[in-house]
Amino acid sequence: MNYHGILAIYKFEMSRAFRTIGQSIASPVISTVLYFIVFGAAIGSRIEDIDGVSYGAFIVPGLIMLTVLGQSISNASFGIYFPRFTGTIYEILSAPISFFEVAIGYVGAAATKSLVVGIIVLMTAGFFVPLEIQHPVWMAFFLVMTCITFSLLGFIVGIWADGFEKLQLIPLLIITPLTFLGGSFYSIHMLPDFWQKISLLNPVVYLISGFRWSFYESSDVSLGVSVTMILVFLGICMALVAWIFKTGYRLKN
Amino acid sequence: MTPAISVQGLKKTYADGYQALDDITLDVQRGEIFALLGPNGAGKTTLISMICGIVKIDTGSVKVFGHDNVHDYRQARSYIGLVPQELTTDAFETVWKTVSFSRELFGKSSNPAYIEELLKKLSLWDKKDAQIRTLSGGMKRRVMIAKALSHEPEILFLDEPTAGVDVELRKSMWAQVRQLREMGVTIILTTHYIEEAEEMADRIGVINKGQLIVTEEKKVLMKKLGKKQLIVHLHHPLSVVPESLSAFELGLSKDGQCLVFTYDPAIQNNGVLDFMDALKSNAIGCHDIETHQSSLEDIFVQLIGES
Repeated sequence: MNYHGILAIYKFEMSRAFRTIGQSIASPVISTVLYFIVFGAAIGSRIEDIDGVSYGAFIVPGLIMLTVLGQSISNASFGIYFPRFTGTIYEILSAPISFFEVAIGYVGAAATKSLVVGIIVLMTAGFFVPLEIQHPVWMAFFLVMTCITFSLLGFIVGIWADGFEKLQLIPLLIITPLTFLGGSFYSIHMLPDFWQKISLLNPVVYLISGFRWSFYESSDVSLGVSVTMILVFLGICMALVAWIFKTGYRLKN
Repeated sequence: MTPAISVQGLKKTYADGYQALDDITLDVQRGEIFALLGPNGAGKTTLISMICGIVKIDTGSVKVFGHDNVHDYRQARSYIGLVPQELTTDAFETVWKTVSFSRELFGKSSNPAYIEELLKKLSLWDKKDAQIRTLSGGMKRRVMIAKALSHEPEILFLDEPTAGVDVELRKSMWAQVRQLREMGVTIILTTHYIEEAEEMADRIGVINKGQLIVTEEKKVLMKKLGKKQLIVHLHHPLSVVPESLSAFELGLSKDGQCLVFTYDPAIQNNGVLDFMDALKSNAIGCHDIETHQSSLEDIFVQLIGES
């Protein structure tokens, strides 16, 4: 195992984030504040409690997930795509380091960054609504697993993309709609029966539901189903990354 | 002794059907400077990329100090440092960080003393905290060399190392390459500057259309394929080579002022004396004589033309 190599990639990616620390932290914090002003104070005050939780507090887990999903994908996809774009990937490909170790470096750094941002969003939310986390261990589990899984997905997107346009395609056209329609701002029980069933096809529903359960013990689907779904999604992403490494897809001619 | 690099039957055809390499077999010995010459698109960079693990091998094998670069890639790649043709650097990183990154990426623990020594040798020490985007092209090229040397490799690949570099820096790089060779580093370089190969290489390989046309020691190659010419500057111009001199391999300059006799210096009775006698007996006067040895460039052009 090339531990020095993994750490070098990890440190390199983290230092890239530190170079733009204002942007990395200020952007999600400002977005969260805006969401709370609009949905928490302005609109939220006119919406009744959901499962005994005020609307402002109800949307906290969804907001964190919304930010973490986007950050994980964009951090990891940009992390691996940029060296491909500039050509510095030659150094990674010629180094005595396995693709698995390369993935640990890039995905680890992307997951760390999105985890930090998720925690900052959580702390920011604490200024607007009283927070209660009934199952902190499960909360940490869902947060960490989501960061890792979606960073893996971002890594796959970064390898698949052959231009900056494609790099934005999946986050903008697939992930953002799925997150908004996955119960970030509402319980899927509020939807008509037909749309509830359709919503169950959205994998993000299970992440937000499980994550929200860890806060308030209220969920759209059971905890077991949420855990199973995130593990299945993680497995799919790992299988895809393994296939990329085996074939050298988009990495080696 | 196990060669530094051993390439056997290497073939590469890209997805678009272009055959970049066709059955390349080559050994590079420890401690030598091997220059790979060839026109654009000959397959030089593909060959280097395959040896370094950047491009997949279709057929054949590559061994680095006896280690297969596919099955035993960790060991094989750890010996190699690569300076690519393009100046691909992380523009916003500092010199120090990017060179340190390269060392650790190759599995070595950080060694600030070694990096400091390396940057000083390459005249980059005073720029260690500068972002790479602020450096000149020549300095960026030196950063690339520093990155390649950061993990103390035993083999260094230089793909067009002095492309776009001014004469002064080029000569300084040549000196650095020689210094590395003295330290026991095996060097493989590709270049468009034949002068560079002539100046530095121990052995030359000429590649064209994916095939290795020749690999030979530089001195042997120049002796084998090089020609020498005796140029006689005449008192009075000639319009044609006189019939009485037809026994010699002669040419006449366009202005008729010079007779050019081509001969092989390796042969004892190569006709030089006979030619001089013939000039005298034919009363062809001259006021100057010079000799010209064909350069590696002449040989290269000849080889590429023949292939």
